[in-house]
Amino acid sequence: MAARSEQTGPWLRPAGVIPVLLAGSLFLAFAQALGPVGAGDVLRYAQPWVPSLGISLSFLIDGLSLTFALLISGIGTLVFLYASKYLQGHSQFARFMLFLTLFMLSMLGLVTADNLLTLFVFWELTTITSYLLIGFDHATAKGRRSALQALLLTGAGGLALLAGFILIGAVAGTFELSELRAQGQVLQDHTLYLPILMLVLAGTFTKSAQFPLHFWLPNAMAAPTPVSAYLHSATMVKAGVYLMARMHPNLGSTDVWLWTLTIFGAVTAVFASVMALKQSDLKQALAYTTLMALGTLTLFLATDIGYALTAAMTFLIVHSFYKAALFLVVGIIDHSTGTREVHLLGGLARFMPVTTFAAALAALSMAGFPPFLGFIGKELKYAGALAVQSEPILVAGAMLLANAMMLAVAGIVSFSPFWRRPHLAEPLKPHAPHWAMVVGPVVLAACGALFGIFPDLLAYTLVNPGVAAILGPDVKPAELKLWAGVNMPLVLSIATFALGLLTYNIRHGIRAWLTAMGERAPNFDRGWDRVLDGLKALAAWQTRLVQGGVLRHYLFITFATLFVGVAGTLLARTGLAAPFEWPALLVKHWVVIALIVAGAILTLVTSSRVAAIAGLGAVGIGVALIFIIFGAPDVAITQLLVETLIVVLFAVAALKLPFLDPTGQKTHRPLDATLAVGIGAVVTIVMLMVTDGPIDRRLTTFFEEAAWPEAFGRNIVNVILVDFRALDTFGEIAVVVIAALGAFALLKGRRA
Amino acid sequence: MKSVILIAATRLLLALLLVFSIFMLLRGHNTPGGGFIGGLIGATGFVMHAIACGAAEARRALRAPPERVAMAGLGIALFAGVMAVFFGDQFFVGQWLFIGGTETEKGLPISSVLVFDVGVYLVVLGSILSLTFALEESV
Repeated sequence: MAARSEQTGPWLRPAGVIPVLLAGSLFLAFAQALGPVGAGDVLRYAQPWVPSLGISLSFLIDGLSLTFALLISGIGTLVFLYASKYLQGHSQFARFMLFLTLFMLSMLGLVTADNLLTLFVFWELTTITSYLLIGFDHATAKGRRSALQALLLTGAGGLALLAGFILIGAVAGTFELSELRAQGQVLQDHTLYLPILMLVLAGTFTKSAQFPLHFWLPNAMAAPTPVSAYLHSATMVKAGVYLMARMHPNLGSTDVWLWTLTIFGAVTAVFASVMALKQSDLKQALAYTTLMALGTLTLFLATDIGYALTAAMTFLIVHSFYKAALFLVVGIIDHSTGTREVHLLGGLARFMPVTTFAAALAALSMAGFPPFLGFIGKELKYAGALAVQSEPILVAGAMLLANAMMLAVAGIVSFSPFWRRPHLAEPLKPHAPHWAMVVGPVVLAACGALFGIFPDLLAYTLVNPGVAAILGPDVKPAELKLWAGVNMPLVLSIATFALGLLTYNIRHGIRAWLTAMGERAPNFDRGWDRVLDGLKALAAWQTRLVQGGVLRHYLFITFATLFVGVAGTLLARTGLAAPFEWPALLVKHWVVIALIVAGAILTLVTSSRVAAIAGLGAVGIGVALIFIIFGAPDVAITQLLVETLIVVLFAVAALKLPFLDPTGQKTHRPLDATLAVGIGAVVTIVMLMVTDGPIDRRLTTFFEEAAWPEAFGRNIVNVILVDFRALDTFGEIAVVVIAALGAFALLKGRRA
Repeated sequence: MKSVILIAATRLLLALLLVFSIFMLLRGHNTPGGGFIGGLIGATGFVMHAIACGAAEARRALRAPPERVAMAGLGIALFAGVMAVFFGDQFFVGQWLFIGGTETEKGLPISSVLVFDVGVYLVVLGSILSLTFALEESV
């Protein structure tokens, strides 16, 4: 669908080549760490960032982060290459690659961060970049909606996560993960453990799309296929899994952890694997199997048994290989035929033999046939399931059901489109894919086979160090091997094959039944819409209530709020007893007071707008005179100029404004006058209180003393503005520009 | 409403106000004045010109679109702040150069602080004028 008609121009362009080279060199750089990490070392790099808040830019590479980093950079290299061809000639290709590269870097930062707050920053960066990627086809309403949905859900989870991290920092006294680990079970024993756990899990469950917050993930398939292959199979959705694994030593090993993760994981896995069968769109089917995988990983992270965590680490790697490969294959099918609907596809094996081969390898690994890595992963899953502390029968049963459905889906995705005899309504005109698109699926699928035959390659480099990173070096991880003898897992495997093949053969019936059931089941996606609609209705109601469109009401509400707030506080705290001594006033003081009072009264009683503006101007000039009398010429000049400009602007606008009191009833005048007097009184009292206390002259003295020797200026106000507080001034002038542009846009927009 | 008196007076006043505004800008570091005040004075001159001769005439007199003046000012201020980094200081640390300074005489000071103030001047001038011109054209 996406880019079929746009294949013009060269496909190898700097915007495509640079990301591939970057990702490839990062992969090689991370591969350098394989040796030391395999030997049990932990690499750490730290640099102070915000030392006053205890935040450092620290990174840590152990078995767990290295596994993720290699998957992210390795699959990234292949996906970037694939995308160069997939989006060839797309007008926004460079932007797309920029987003993808930014995403990769944020993801790498996330999995290597040692400081919780650094990790959070990268976590949010992945949320933002994935929003941009999901909404890449922003011309479609579906793309925009899906992007926003993913952003709001994962963003809300991210906020919960931040709260959780801050609580962790408050309890443990450090944000460094490495130091947290060294503390042992401090968090688990603290009274705040439950809130911390709930907040962190809220973040990880939204990110990793656990039931019932899963629905954003299938919707995110609105993104171009390289995005789905990268973000929604191998990387972003696994960020939640990564964090659960990372926090396992600090938050795990309790009953709450065990049961929460077991229940959510099991429900997600079974629900998603059944839903996957219902999908007729290949990409949607794969999206649901990704949910299943995320559920499974959560399920295994619940325990602290070596077997189960070995299963989790292995399955994590297996899944990344085959799922990314299959997503890329589906992208090839889509790119070459223009459809992803499973009923419309068939007989593609003749046109794309290499792709067919890669799809078959990946699907066999997904279905868990020997000698693929998927088989080892599945055996370990069963062994792990039988060893869990919670409820082995339930977990193993859930695994059996989910794995059988996965086998069926593997058949639907990679057997049916290629080998089914084509009785197709519309003849397909597929073209063979370009090598740049085939190399990804082939390499990934081949990895699945290679590591299946030589599992030790993986076991000693990534899986065992990864398990050690979660459980500590003392726990013995399970061995990865193809043939472990006739045991319970093998029996369950055989049962899986039988059930899976049966499901594949009756898939049409199941789909029809599920579709019929789906009509009655609650629809989370529609529920989400209702929640959003409710929120919007609330906002609209609130806006209508507060902002009726009459400027006078706005001002009245604003000042009334100020009055109530300040006067209430004063009354509660001090009883409004302001210290006051009538000072000896000179004639010039009396003149200024008279000017201000006269201006205020004129403003209040006149029915001519010009007179009112002039009255206000008189008040302003009176204030400026006060500044002059008390020796602040800069402020006085500014005040005078601003007053002048306001009068001029008003005069220009006054031509368009209605009469001050068109009906001539003046009903609002007394109320406005009362409020004005009230505000004036309250502000006066506050000023009297402020000036009553001893004035802290430290700042003034500092500026007086430092202005000339350090900043070569005698005008303290100006020296403060442009030198001591230059950054603040810069912020202020930026605000001035933004305000002017905003007003400019409003005025120009109104005219058009 | 075109008033000959206003037009004739404004022509003189605009020139005077502009010179005065630059005077205020330059003296600001040691005596009352500075970029903000200077910008306000300059803007007043152009606003008067706009009232007397119309916004289109005032736009011509300004030569550059006021929004662009404001953005340029922001850019200059940022540049003045970033300049410090090239001399090994932190952002927004004032950099000074005294031209022709001797043992006793300080010389003519040139500073990044002044550049920053010029940026403030342009921002204030451009922002007020973009607002005023737009307002004047829409009524």
